[in-house]
Amino acid sequence: MADIAAVRPASRMSFGGWPQLALWGCLALALIIAPQVFSSSAAVSLLSQLGTLVIFCLSYNMLLGEGGMYSFGHAAYSGLGAYFAIHAMNMAAHGKFYIPVWLIPLVGGIAGMVFGILFGYLTTRKAGTAFAMITLGVVELVHASSEMFPGFFGGEGGVETNRNYGSGFFGMTFGPQIRVYYLIVAWLLLSAIAMYALTRTPLGRIMNAVRDNAERAQFVGYDPKTVRFFILVLSAFFAGISGGLQAINMELITSESVSSLRSGDAMIFTFIGGAQAFFGPIIGVLIGGFLSFKLSDYTQAWQLYLGIFFILIVMYAPTGVSGILLSNWRVIRAGLFGRVAWRWSAVVCAGAMIALAGAVLIELSYGFVFGSEKGAVVNYVRALDKNIQGVVWGAAIVVLVGGIFLLRRLLPPFKDAWNDVSSRAHLMKSGDRA
Amino acid sequence: MEYTLINLLNGLSYGLLLFMLSAGLTLIFSMMGVINFAHASFYMLGAYFAYSISIRFGFWPALVVAPLIVGLIGAAIERYGLRTVHRHGHLAELLFTFGVAFIAVEVVQVIWGRQTLPYGVPKQLDGPLFTLYNTDFPIYRVFMMGVSLFMLLSISLMLKRTRIGLVIQAALTHPDSVEALGHNVPRLFMLVFGGGAALAGLAGVIGGAAFVTEPGMAAAVGSIIFVVVVVGGLGSLLGALLASLLIGIVQTFAVSLDYSLLSLFAKFGARLGPDAPGYIVLKISIAEVAPILPYLFLVVILIVRPRGLLGTRET
Repeated sequence: MADIAAVRPASRMSFGGWPQLALWGCLALALIIAPQVFSSSAAVSLLSQLGTLVIFCLSYNMLLGEGGMYSFGHAAYSGLGAYFAIHAMNMAAHGKFYIPVWLIPLVGGIAGMVFGILFGYLTTRKAGTAFAMITLGVVELVHASSEMFPGFFGGEGGVETNRNYGSGFFGMTFGPQIRVYYLIVAWLLLSAIAMYALTRTPLGRIMNAVRDNAERAQFVGYDPKTVRFFILVLSAFFAGISGGLQAINMELITSESVSSLRSGDAMIFTFIGGAQAFFGPIIGVLIGGFLSFKLSDYTQAWQLYLGIFFILIVMYAPTGVSGILLSNWRVIRAGLFGRVAWRWSAVVCAGAMIALAGAVLIELSYGFVFGSEKGAVVNYVRALDKNIQGVVWGAAIVVLVGGIFLLRRLLPPFKDAWNDVSSRAHLMKSGDRA
Repeated sequence: MEYTLINLLNGLSYGLLLFMLSAGLTLIFSMMGVINFAHASFYMLGAYFAYSISIRFGFWPALVVAPLIVGLIGAAIERYGLRTVHRHGHLAELLFTFGVAFIAVEVVQVIWGRQTLPYGVPKQLDGPLFTLYNTDFPIYRVFMMGVSLFMLLSISLMLKRTRIGLVIQAALTHPDSVEALGHNVPRLFMLVFGGGAALAGLAGVIGGAAFVTEPGMAAAVGSIIFVVVVVGGLGSLLGALLASLLIGIVQTFAVSLDYSLLSLFAKFGARLGPDAPGYIVLKISIAEVAPILPYLFLVVILIVRPRGLLGTRET
C-alpha cells in the first residue's frame, strides 16, 4: 500500500482554526447569494446542477482522499439512488404513500447505501488497482442490466417525474427552479458538514491510517477490509443523496446516470480540484463544470482541454488545483512570496503563452476538420483575410515553441527556489506550534 | 449438432480476438504493475492507422506497419509521460493512462473525423473457407484465430526462452539488482509498454476490419478486456486466454438462446401469466442476459476465487 501513501502525503492539508470557519461561512454565503448574482434561469439551473455534482464529488472524495480508494464505479450508487428517488416521487404523487419532496434525497441516500452494502461487500475486499477494476465491472454490470429491466430503468427514454406534487415545504411547492436550488443548497451544506465531521471522527482517522499504510493499520487491530467497507457504504449514502437531488432537479433520469462515463467525471473533477483538501472537489466541480457546461458553447474541443488539464495535473501537480492554491497561500502567509515573485511571474507567463497558443492551434485544427459551428475562435479567424489567417497559424506556432523553450529554461531554477521557500514556510509554521 | 458446432467456432474466434486484446494489457500489468486504461485506445489507433495504410499500400503492409507505429506511440507515452508519473505510484500511473484514453478519442476524431471508416476485410481473406453443414465459415475468422494463437506462442516463447525475456522477468521482482548488473531497467519498461501497445495495435488492425472502425470502438471493448484480465487472474497470460475463450463461447451461445425461466416452467406444464410473482425476472430470456454475463462472471469469480482463474497473487 506504499503507493497510496506516495500519492497522498500523510500530513493533512487544511487551513485549520479560524480560516476554516471563515471558509465554511464563505461557502454558505456564496451558495446563498449566487442566484442573486447569476439570476437568469439558465444560470440557476446550471448552479443547481453544479450543486448536485458537488455532493457527488465530495462523496467520491471520501473514497479517493480519505480512503485512498480509486473507484471507477461511483455512479452506480448515485444513479441507483436517483432511480429509487424518482420512483418514490412518482408513487408519492399517485398517493401510494406519503413522502414530501424535500425528503426525497433521503430515499436516494438509503438506496445508495443499500447498494453500497451489496456491492461494497464485493469490491472492498481488494484495494488499489484491483479495486479500481472491480468497481468498473460493477458499474458496467448495473449499466448493462438497465437494458434488461426497462420497467425500472425506463429503457431508452428514462424515467420521468413531476416534482410539483404534494403540499411542499410548509406550503412552498418546488415548482420554481430557484426553490429547487435552495433545496439543493440546504442538502449540500448538510451533507458537506456531515462528511467533514466524519473526517474528524476516530473512524475518519482510521480511514486515513488504512489509506497510508494498510498493513500497519491491521497490526494495530483494524481490519482494512472492514474499514474500506464502512467508507464505501457511507460514501454511497451521500452519492445516493446527490442522485435523489438530481431526480428532483432534472425530473428525468436515464441510464446514462449509472454509466462508467459519469463515474469517470467524478474522478476527473475530484482529482483536478485536489483530493488532499476537503474543499478540493468543490473547486474541481467549478472548473470541470465550467469546461463541460459553459465552454462547450464556445468550442467543440472542450473535452480535449479537460483531458489535457487532467493529465497535466496528474503529471505535475498531484495535489490538484487546491494543492497549488494552498502551497501559494502558505508561502504568502509566511511573507516569503517576495523572494520568488519574479520567477513565479515569469513561469506563469511562459505557461500562459503555451496555453494560449496551444488553444488557438487546437481551435484552428478543430475548425479545419469539423467546420466552424460552435467555434468562437475559428469564426473570428475565418472573418480575417486569407493572408492574415496564415499569419495567425504561424504566430501561434512561434509563440507555442517559444513558450515551451522559455518554460524549459525557467522551470528548474524556479522549482529549486520554490522548494526552498515552501520548506521554510513549513518550518516557520511548525515553529509556531512549538 | 450443426448449431452447437457453428456457435462453438464463432465463440472460439470471438474469444481469441478478446485474448489478442487483453494479452498486451495483462503483459504490461505483470511486467510493470501498471493497469493501462488506454489499452483499448491503442486498439483503436491500430485500426485507424491500418485503414490509412491499407487504402494506399494494401492490407499486408498495414498488418506489419500499423502495430509498429502504435508501439512507437506507446513507447513515447511511457518515456515522456508514464515515467514522470511513476514516482507518484501505481495509482497515479492508472490515472495517467485514464487521461490518455480520454485524449485519444478526441485526437482520433480530429485526424480521421467522427464518421465510421469504410475499413473492411481484404479481398484475399474475403469469402468462406469451408462449409459446415449449410453454414459458410469465413476465411477471415480462421485468420483471426491463427494470428491470436501465433501471438500467444511468440509471447510465451519470448518471455521464457530469450535473454531479453528473462531480463524483463527479473526486472519485475528485482529492478535494483537487474540495474546493478548493467541493464537499463527504465528502457526495458519502455520496451514492454511499447510492446503491449503494439499487441493492442495488432488486435486493432484485425478487429477493426472484422467489426467497425469508429471513435466509439475503444469504449466498446474498454471494460470487457478488464473483465478478461481480472477473471483470468491479474498478470497471467494463460489465465487471460482461458477467460477470453470462456467469455467468448458463453456469450456467443447466450446471444442465440431465446429461452427464459418462463419457457422452462411452460415445459413442465406450468403456464404463468403476467400477474405471476416475479414475472419481470421470469420472462427475461438468456439472449437478453448476454450483455451482463461477463460482468456477472466477474462478480462470481471474485466471490469464489478472488485471485482469478490462474492468478497467483491476491491483488
